[in-house]
Amino acid sequence: MLTTILFYVFATVLVGSAIGVVLARNPVHAALFLVLAFFESAALWLMLEAEFLGIVLVLVYVGAVMVLFLFVIMMLDINLQQMRSGLTRYAPLGGLVAAVMVGEIFYVVWMRHLGINLALEAPPMSVPGSNTHALGALLYTDYMLPFQLAAVVLLIAIVAAIALTMRRRPGHKMQDVSAQVAVRREDRLRIVKVDSEKYQ
Amino acid sequence: MIGLPHFLMLAGVLFSIAVAGIFLNRKNVIVLLMCIELMLLAVNFNFIAFSRWLGDIHGQVFVFFILTVAAAESAIGLAILVVLFREKKSINVENLDTMRG
Repeated sequence: MLTTILFYVFATVLVGSAIGVVLARNPVHAALFLVLAFFESAALWLMLEAEFLGIVLVLVYVGAVMVLFLFVIMMLDINLQQMRSGLTRYAPLGGLVAAVMVGEIFYVVWMRHLGINLALEAPPMSVPGSNTHALGALLYTDYMLPFQLAAVVLLIAIVAAIALTMRRRPGHKMQDVSAQVAVRREDRLRIVKVDSEKYQ
Repeated sequence: MIGLPHFLMLAGVLFSIAVAGIFLNRKNVIVLLMCIELMLLAVNFNFIAFSRWLGDIHGQVFVFFILTVAAAESAIGLAILVVLFREKKSINVENLDTMRG
């Protein structure tokens, strides 16, 4: 009973904040609604006994990705007046597509039953120990190569983001390593013959 | 009681709202990126719900990788956005017609 109430509370707030993301007039408000949506999702994932992923969602998404979003929003100077002028023009089309998708998913989930056992009570998870332990045991054995590839993807993202946003100003003083390495002795060093002077 | 269909419907509704958001927001690329994040969240919901009801933890590993790729995607997307704003002084979708798409 308690889980039912909790599910509906979290689900209502989640859907409401998702609508807020879509309809918010100010991008900062949209980002804050998205933070709320991630929090509610994390709570629902905790209810689904995916504890590690729930915490990761809060830490990585709310802590890093959404801060990045807010940072970029506040850095860019966006004209709010002209921002929302095209909203009503596409609203019927967007609403129609969303309604069709919800209807189809409703049909598939509730009418067709997907051919799997839709017992309302979830079976207990068969893995021993905590969720984090089970996930780690799987991640570092069976999924070792994909795990390394994910790390490479993150590295490429770092390099790409820095390479994209780095700019060279005209008066910028920078170290030119290849010029430093290629320098020869003749460019820098000048040997001067000086006559030795006699003490008088 | 709350069953698997409830979670699947919630994920479906979330995904549809995000799709509608992509249709609605023709003015702001940042909100489009946020809608993509919402879509990925809805997909992750499906993975975790099925992982719970089928008793198979491999779905959660998949969610882990989706989160990783989504974080990388949003970082690069925002970097492109910053460069775009520096070039055009605007992030209006309708101004971004250089490629005549």
